[in-house]
Amino acid sequence: MSARRRRRAATEQEEEEEEEEAAEAGSDKEVDLEERLHEVDLRSDLDIPDVPPPTDSTPEILKRALSGLSARWKNWWIRGILSLAMISGFFLIIYLGSFMLMLLVLSIQVKCYHEIITIGYRVYHSYDLPWFRSLSWYFLLCVNYFFYGETVADYFATFVQRREQLQFLIRYHRFISFTLYLTGFCMFVLSLVKKHYRLQFYMFAWTHVTLLITVTQSHLVIQNLFEGMIWFLVPISSVICNDITAYIFGFFFGRTPLIKFSYFLAQHQYFVCPVEYNSETNRFVTECEPSELFQMKKYSVPPLIQAVLGWETVKMYPFQMHSFALSTFASLIGPFGGFFASGFKRAFKIKDFADTIPGHGGIMDRFDCQYLMATFVHVYITSFIRGPNPSKLLKQLLILQPEQQLSVYKTLKSHLVEKGILQPSLRG
Amino acid sequence: MITFFFIIIYLGPMVLMTIVMCVQIKCFHEIITIGYNVYHSYDLPWFRTLSWYFLLCVNYFFYGETVTDYFFTLVQREEPLRILSRYHRFISFALYLTGFCMFVLSLVKKHYRLQFYMFGWTHVTLLIVVTQSHLIIHNLFEGMIWFIVPISCVICNDIMAYMFGFFFGRTPLIKLSPKKTWEGFIGGFFSTVLFGLLLSYVMSGYRCFTCPVEFNNDTNSFTVDCEPSELFQLQEYNVPVGLHSVLGWRTVRMYPFQIHSIALSTFASLIGPFGGFFASGFKRAFKIKDFANTIPGHGGIMDRFDCQYLMATFVNVYIASFIRGPNPSKLLQQLLALRPEQQLHIFNALRAHLAERGGPEEA
Repeated sequence: MSARRRRRAATEQEEEEEEEEAAEAGSDKEVDLEERLHEVDLRSDLDIPDVPPPTDSTPEILKRALSGLSARWKNWWIRGILSLAMISGFFLIIYLGSFMLMLLVLSIQVKCYHEIITIGYRVYHSYDLPWFRSLSWYFLLCVNYFFYGETVADYFATFVQRREQLQFLIRYHRFISFTLYLTGFCMFVLSLVKKHYRLQFYMFAWTHVTLLITVTQSHLVIQNLFEGMIWFLVPISSVICNDITAYIFGFFFGRTPLIKFSYFLAQHQYFVCPVEYNSETNRFVTECEPSELFQMKKYSVPPLIQAVLGWETVKMYPFQMHSFALSTFASLIGPFGGFFASGFKRAFKIKDFADTIPGHGGIMDRFDCQYLMATFVHVYITSFIRGPNPSKLLKQLLILQPEQQLSVYKTLKSHLVEKGILQPSLRG
Repeated sequence: MITFFFIIIYLGPMVLMTIVMCVQIKCFHEIITIGYNVYHSYDLPWFRTLSWYFLLCVNYFFYGETVTDYFFTLVQREEPLRILSRYHRFISFALYLTGFCMFVLSLVKKHYRLQFYMFGWTHVTLLIVVTQSHLIIHNLFEGMIWFIVPISCVICNDIMAYMFGFFFGRTPLIKLSPKKTWEGFIGGFFSTVLFGLLLSYVMSGYRCFTCPVEFNNDTNSFTVDCEPSELFQLQEYNVPVGLHSVLGWRTVRMYPFQIHSIALSTFASLIGPFGGFFASGFKRAFKIKDFANTIPGHGGIMDRFDCQYLMATFVNVYIASFIRGPNPSKLLQQLLALRPEQQLHIFNALRAHLAERGGPEEA
């Protein structure tokens, strides 16, 4: 009996030792994970394994139709067909109006965000991090809420005034957005898990940089859109055109077709007028008196070009000069956005951002050159074209203290009288 | 450090602004250095220059925005300043773009990933450090009390939570920081609220703290002189029935600002520590004990300021939402930039609104 007990004790001891070893090995594994991560960061690009590409999502129909061709031509055909599909889809949506365009921009933003975040997960093998997927989507929601609140409040002042709940949301908008963001931040801090600190911080930073890139750009695009569809269409077309023609012809030909395109657009109110919300019909309207920018003017051609072209004066829209600046930016700086994205893809060893569009890669692949264009157009408009937004100013005026309102009123009145806009004899 | 703080307060807003600027640069430097150490990327081509260049760009953008708002008349007078302010956004954007293009051009074949990491690291650091410091300066311009009370509340909460934890601490608060306890947390909360009430009571009496900082064109210096707003005038409040018996007072004379200070202290006690946990997690993730070794015994500047992280944003959002209306001189400036028809439209709307209210005095 004592022998059995001794044997049992021995096996128990062995088991204990095994457990201890396993525990040590386990903690070694933990240390290993952190160190491996550290090494992953430091290894030069050559040592990093490729991120496995997602599965091919070309529709069956296309595959069957092109089954006879060689691989290279098949690729060309797929790209060609899908380019046509995208372009015609684009035209359809332009026809449907600004609201649909806004929705389109929003869905593109969400998809781009999703693509970049997924790349982050694959790079860091962090798909199983607790809460992280929900947190990324939550932050996206917060930031979108903040930006949409700012734009909606500006443009739909009349719509908002009528509804009580919206009034409350608008007045304390910043505070509500900040609270929402804070909740996300606190949840992040509470979700920090002992073994995965570094990974979680990386994903946090990754999320924020992605938000900075995709969400701010898309909102600037929408603000440009509200200025008038032409400010949305011309820059995007410039970039696409530059992409295509730089690929085929080279630098100069990127600009000329655009001037004709903006000439065409500048003639129609649908494209030129700022988008406004009509409270009676409850729809977006684009009707207005075309601003100076979109009225034909005669320009005298500089003597040098006179000799070449043979014209003395030329009738152009002032907007076409601006479109020249926009196209120049698209040709010179736009490609840097493309290089940035190529560098990013090379750094993380991925061929395409995703496989959403067969033959073209993901949505980000199509939009990488647009990256800086939207910001440039917005900064350009605010610096050179548009003054401040009058309805927003009025709203702020009405919030002021009565004495402040009175002083502003008096100053404005004297200014208007000075300019001769207001007759001093009239009361008020 | 605390005596130093008092001296700086005495010297006035301009010096405070410079101090905030220096603290910001030091914090940025500390965090970027950590990034270099983590990634061994000290030798990356151009990267140190690029980080400092981005810091410069973002600071230029933010300072430009604040300067144009607050020193409107000064700016209009000087020719070069006027052009700089009119096209400010465009210039800032052009500067940033240059940095961006230089980054793209500096991408080296074997180090793409490292360079992108450092780019991301720089931007997140800028987001954290620079925006916070500019919000602090905005708060400062609102009135020094909006700068001093929040910062003091956070410091007080830090110290009080430590004391309470030291004497009474038993239940740990969060795995991230094993030294923090629930007793410290709750004790810190109550003492910070009390401290906030006392401090705001003392400070609300002095105009130099409660008035917004303005730039006087004639003397070409900063002045803090004004008619104290409603917030800083004593009012009688009825004590709620519950506290009647405890305190023995029927009514109490308080400044309305003290009620706001309760909100600020609450935020400092409840959410402020999350900033501290965030920084602790960060230090643990990257296996560093302190951010740097600038202050002997206390670690780096970031260590002192980690809890302040969210406070500045909160105060700014709080002021914008609940206290301050829009700035009338800025509105006027924007009004004068509109087209004549728009100006007329606004004028008529304003006239109708004022007439509704009870009629402006006709000259």
